[in-house]
Amino acid sequence: MAHTLASTRLFNLPASFRFTCVNLARTFSVLNRPPPHYAGHVPLNVFERGAVAAGSAIMSLLNPRRGDLIAALGETTATPYFIYRLRDVMLSSPTGRRILRDRPRITSQTMSVTKLRAMAENTVGRAYVDWLDREGVSPDTRDSVKYIDDEECAYVMQRYRESHDFYHALTGLPVFVEGEVALKAFEFANTLLPMTGLSIFAVTRMKPAERSRFWRTYLPWALSNGLKSKEVINVYWEEQLERDIDDLRAELGLERPPDLRERRKAMKEQRKAAKEKREKMGGLMAD
Amino acid sequence: MSFPTPWRTSARLTRRLLAIKQPYRCLSCSLRLAREEARQDAKTTHFGFESVPAAEKQSRVGAVFSSVASSYDTMNDLMSLYTHRLWKDHFVRSLNPGIHTSLFPSPNQPTSQTILDIAGGTGDIAFRLLSHATTVNNDHSSRVIVSDINPAMLAEGKKRSLQTEWASSERLSWVEANAEDLHMIDSNSIDLYTVAFGIRNFTDKMAALREAYRVLKPGGVFACLEFSKVHNPILNGAYKRWSFGAIPLIGQLVAGDRESYQYLVESIERFPSQREFAGMVEEAGFLLPGGMEEEGGWEDLMGGIAAVHRGIKPTEG
Repeated sequence: MAHTLASTRLFNLPASFRFTCVNLARTFSVLNRPPPHYAGHVPLNVFERGAVAAGSAIMSLLNPRRGDLIAALGETTATPYFIYRLRDVMLSSPTGRRILRDRPRITSQTMSVTKLRAMAENTVGRAYVDWLDREGVSPDTRDSVKYIDDEECAYVMQRYRESHDFYHALTGLPVFVEGEVALKAFEFANTLLPMTGLSIFAVTRMKPAERSRFWRTYLPWALSNGLKSKEVINVYWEEQLERDIDDLRAELGLERPPDLRERRKAMKEQRKAAKEKREKMGGLMAD
Repeated sequence: MSFPTPWRTSARLTRRLLAIKQPYRCLSCSLRLAREEARQDAKTTHFGFESVPAAEKQSRVGAVFSSVASSYDTMNDLMSLYTHRLWKDHFVRSLNPGIHTSLFPSPNQPTSQTILDIAGGTGDIAFRLLSHATTVNNDHSSRVIVSDINPAMLAEGKKRSLQTEWASSERLSWVEANAEDLHMIDSNSIDLYTVAFGIRNFTDKMAALREAYRVLKPGGVFACLEFSKVHNPILNGAYKRWSFGAIPLIGQLVAGDRESYQYLVESIERFPSQREFAGMVEEAGFLLPGGMEEEGGWEDLMGGIAAVHRGIKPTEG
């Protein structure tokens, strides 16, 4: 009797939670790994996952250029609960369901940069390629997902990773550490992936002026917009390329933050002007 | 939940076995199958646990070592917990390279040795050989030829040699060569042939052993340091778990390349045991010091994690 009551309660919980309980129970030896579920899948047991998560968290904090470690951190921390939640978010929306059915990939082959450059001003595609050119990056092939056991969730993670540059274009945030951390904060409020939240620890690497800008302006913007806007994981980017970007922003309920590059340039010029004034005054005093 | 009775289970199984569908084969499947069979006839070898065509193994191994070249030394230190330095030191010391010039040299005594270090890309063994010859045996003329099939590893070795005193001397030279085909090295010209942690990557080990036999002078020494089988089951259990669990993980964190290190641990697993490899060395024509019977044909290091195999090319008569 007791066990049927417990199982009924278990079945009333959301699907993502049920899956968590089943997965935590499974563990295997490194000498006897289960067969992979998809190409490139590396099944890890609980201890290995913990070690990769901890190691990549520390190493990527020491060297934020190691994109592969940030990816590994994302995959190993997403697995109990969070990636299933994101997959359910996609399943709850018609566009999300279509993305999961079609499984489009964003690579430098599927996104022709020349075609995007030919698009009209202020379209999503044009904003994306303008951002790529401004930052000097390309839609380079992101690392394939390795450590997520469920095949569909592995695709969800891959889609999130490949859409990251589109989120940059949507918000206009630049590619250096300050912009990345602000975007990660936005993604955390929107997708709830733990890696995005953990990336906020990179504030410790920022200069004091950058840090105060982050606390004062960009973090509040990120949290409020991330929470109030629609789920960005459900945007079918391939279909939105010709659309006006402000239209898309309005549909998602998203506001652009103050342009970070302009701000930094203004601050730099202000500092330079102040320094020149000081030197001039110092010159006068010497007379 | 009620468990089905044994009768119902067996009945269900029997029904499954009898309900065998007729195999359906479409037109294109027949063509595809015929092509696959033809491909399988080609000679295959192992690449870690994968089976690959023999011709492909060299490029796959090449890709692995091009990738690991720059972080090779850091990774070696971390994976072996610094013990690889002890193994290499012991290996070189036990070979005692260099001619020890005595106070009263005899007229026929050779004055220098020519040492060939195979798969010695980053120069670990070569620098140790030269250092031992120079400082221990006071031999300032013996020279080492470092050979490696991978140019990235050789480049790394040349870079490291800049920190030694032999960077631009005649005592150290670099050759890009496949150990199975050393045509640029004359027969009977090498005094000491060393290969450390390289031979498990060769496509055809017997070919490499025969080339070693050819280039060595009669009386010359063949020495191989390689990972081998651990005898103690407890140590073996811990060692295997470290190999398959921790090493690819360290590879991912430090070098950003899990696959290469997965290949490395699999290739260690596939390498023949001490006795089998000693048999191969003997088959190539070498004499084993100590002989196979008393397990003297090799020397185990750290319980068998690594093993040193030595052989001597017999002199005529």
